[in-house]
Amino acid sequence: MEQVISAYAQIKPGQVRVNGRIEYSDENFITFAEFIKPFFKSLNLGYPKFYKMDPLSKLGFIASELVFKQLNLDSYDRKRVGIVIANSSSSLDTDIIHQQSISNRSEYFPSPSVFVYTLPNIMIGEICIRHQLRGENAFLISERFDGRLLTKYVNELFQQNRIDVCLTGWVDLLKEDFEALLMFVEPGIWEMNAEAREIALPFSEKTVNELYTIM
Amino acid sequence: MEELIEKLKKEVIEQLNLEDISPEDIEADSPLFGEGLGLDSIDALELIVLLEKNYGLKIEDPKDGKKIFHSIRTMAEYITEHQTA
Repeated sequence: MEQVISAYAQIKPGQVRVNGRIEYSDENFITFAEFIKPFFKSLNLGYPKFYKMDPLSKLGFIASELVFKQLNLDSYDRKRVGIVIANSSSSLDTDIIHQQSISNRSEYFPSPSVFVYTLPNIMIGEICIRHQLRGENAFLISERFDGRLLTKYVNELFQQNRIDVCLTGWVDLLKEDFEALLMFVEPGIWEMNAEAREIALPFSEKTVNELYTIM
Repeated sequence: MEELIEKLKKEVIEQLNLEDISPEDIEADSPLFGEGLGLDSIDALELIVLLEKNYGLKIEDPKDGKKIFHSIRTMAEYITEHQTA
């Protein structure tokens, strides 16, 4: 059975796209925080926990919200929604902040709320908490975007019947460099409505690489 | 005491990243946890760090935390009592 991408979101400096269409753009920002905060506010999600997340989690969280907004999550078994995300910088952005807080013995004040984000899969946890998702999940680290790795891993989960659907993609951030591509993958298009069928793309290494390249 | 309460409100907002909350939104006697500001266990740890970093106060017995961090006023009382002790 061939899987399809039924919704996707792309975020890069200055621009947010959903299913290929520009959702938000702002070229006048300097920092990631300056870019993401107004966009988050414009979504009116009413989720103050967002402000406590580290930048990597904020990026993944917003990309996931944009994807899930295109779907009716209630139509899926939340114990069977998988999440597989990869990046190259792991949680280094937050690791550096934590390291700085413990490098000086006389100013030794590590922040618990920083420390909890010194693992990249915490971002997946934030997405799961938000939507009560309890399916299989994995965070993969690779030197650069690897469409083959993602499609192989996710397809294996489908083949082993461990998941019904999957949120997958790439969420990478280090200081002011950031990029996110998240896709929702489903096993076929016969149950989709006409609009979803129109958007649906094959979940193949080629398509995934293309979506990343045209970000 | 009132001056310290106002200062603490600002520090708590900053330390806990309470983005949509202003000092005026926090009642000095309202509970910080549970129904109050809805803080969680990580926030509790951040408040312990705040006391140590900004006021040089270490909470020796974790059981005291519940009482000290009940509200902004109880935090202020603890600081006043222990800094002048």
